[in-house]
Amino acid sequence: MEESRRSFLKLGGLCALGIGALPVVDALGKTDLPKVMNDPKALVGKRWAMVVDMKKCWEKGKPGCKDCSLACHVTHNVPEIGNVKEEVKWLWTEPFENAFPGQESHFMPGNMNEKPFMVLCNHCAQAPCVRVCPTQATFKRPDGITMMDFHRCIGCRYCMAGCPFGARSFNWKDPRNYIKTELNMTFPTRERGVVEKCNFCDERLAVGKLPACVEACKDGCLRFGDLEDPNSEVRKILASQFTIRRKPELGTDPSVFYII
Amino acid sequence: MLDRAFSGSQKYYRLLMALLVFMGLGFAAYLFQLNRGLTITGMGRDVSWGIYIAQFTFLVGVAASAVMVVLPYYLHDIKVFGKITIMVVLPYYLHDIKVFGKITILGEFLAVAAVTMCLLFIIVDLGKPMRLLNVLLYPTPNSILFWDMIVLNGYLILNILIGWNVLDAERKGVPYPHWVKPLIYLSIPWAISIHTVTAFLYAGLPARHYWLTAIMAARFLSSAFCSGPALLILLAYTVKKYTKFDPGQEAIEKLSIIMTYAMIISVFFVGLEFFTAFYSQIPSHMHSLVYLFKGLEGHRFLVPFMWLFTGLAVFALAMLLNPNTKRNEKKLKIACAAVFFSMWLEKGLGLIVAGFIPNPFDQVREYSPSIPEIMIALGVWATGFFVLTVLYKIATSVKEEVA
Repeated sequence: MEESRRSFLKLGGLCALGIGALPVVDALGKTDLPKVMNDPKALVGKRWAMVVDMKKCWEKGKPGCKDCSLACHVTHNVPEIGNVKEEVKWLWTEPFENAFPGQESHFMPGNMNEKPFMVLCNHCAQAPCVRVCPTQATFKRPDGITMMDFHRCIGCRYCMAGCPFGARSFNWKDPRNYIKTELNMTFPTRERGVVEKCNFCDERLAVGKLPACVEACKDGCLRFGDLEDPNSEVRKILASQFTIRRKPELGTDPSVFYII
Repeated sequence: MLDRAFSGSQKYYRLLMALLVFMGLGFAAYLFQLNRGLTITGMGRDVSWGIYIAQFTFLVGVAASAVMVVLPYYLHDIKVFGKITIMVVLPYYLHDIKVFGKITILGEFLAVAAVTMCLLFIIVDLGKPMRLLNVLLYPTPNSILFWDMIVLNGYLILNILIGWNVLDAERKGVPYPHWVKPLIYLSIPWAISIHTVTAFLYAGLPARHYWLTAIMAARFLSSAFCSGPALLILLAYTVKKYTKFDPGQEAIEKLSIIMTYAMIISVFFVGLEFFTAFYSQIPSHMHSLVYLFKGLEGHRFLVPFMWLFTGLAVFALAMLLNPNTKRNEKKLKIACAAVFFSMWLEKGLGLIVAGFIPNPFDQVREYSPSIPEIMIALGVWATGFFVLTVLYKIATSVKEEVA
């Protein structure tokens, strides 16, 4: 009994010493230098936005062209799960009547209702997914990008219930077995059990590159720029052409615009 | 007091063993889910919440109501019941609250078991359960889920503290400690809050039209006030049959009156949803209801369940509106079972799933739970009833000793 009390006290003292030493270690470990230096080439903006010129895409694009979504999915190691129920998608096509439900009519020209539209995360200014996330794993960056922290996400899928655009995918199973493209070693793969979606290529913007989809579209159907900058390309297009957004009545203020 | 959980009849142990078997099966299924991921469930990118979250929602109601109907007893004891806001909810029973005295503890312990199940259902639904504490590490007041975590855990602690101390005081034949009193006050608004906050989880999402209704919290509370007492009555009869503790016929009758009113209001509220959707003729408001009761674009998995709900609700109402039912044990039990099961179908199955149908692309992608998913859900229910059995065993043993 005496012996165990002695060892208990010794252990306790050791622990106390350890905790006491922690601030010293912290103080010694601290430096004034910033841990990350921003790339001087980085593209900076206050609210990144995209204009998708579907008219040009249908007229000029080669039939069945999927360059943009392929580029996106290769860049971000997006798995190809192979079933509708558990699909993971960042940038894909939906027919007009599905992308813009409630706006279809029988009297529109041609086969408008079936025409494919590129859909992706709208990076809404008033993003419901950000509002509902209980851990801030989904958050708003100062440049307007709605961002995902794959390492903080607890997989509650509240954001998926909150998103009006079906832009979010959950990893129902380990996605690493389903990456069919060559692995991009500069972008993380995901674990099972977290939500993912389009990130407007924040990792490319940080090194001065445009989003992969914008770069991949040879017909220039995807335009990217700062919505807050009156001289940006997207602002010029928006000022000169009629554009629509998905479900604007919900007040989420999407940052993706469509020309039809 | 805990020792009373370890000395029981053979029947008691047999019940615990049976529940343990289900818990074991559920746990095995959960290990399978941990290993493979949520792919083993019937959920998908379109219906991303399934029976786990639906059970959670239903059980929050059971937990909230179980205490709401029995708490006035304590308030009477401390002679301030007249001023309490609960008057609004329970107009005249408060003047006759003494009858609830004996079943108070049953209500509180039912709440403990129900909240335990709620928390377990949240945990089994998480893609990354090991990161659960991120909710505490990064508190996010703008998320309703954050508040739900607070109110549910708070409610669990409140009920354990109140129930345990009151029972312990009863055992010793002394008044309960004075610090319990403020907790009792607190637990009344808290019981309303757990259900309101849970309704807000759904009622504030912009594109889920079926959930986007201002009466969601009211619907939740009313359905809770019938399913909770229904279960409580059934449990009171069970306790009466298997132990020497009699909760009292009068209390059961009062509970059944509360249940009747709540059932009428619940069915009325469902009717209100129908009116708004179908008189306005707004497609997005109608779609989920059409899916539930008629089927949408050829998909009608939930249709039989919803008509069963309708049939059971009408049957229960017809029985309960007859004043003789509440005096006839057998009939009342049948009515209670009908109330409980119909509300389970409406809230523990239809409400959550139909919120996701049609999906944001206006497509119908159906959901049906998988076998392992059902096993896990059964395992959680069994865990809840295990907790309930042990707590009721302690409570009834104490009551028998005191009597």
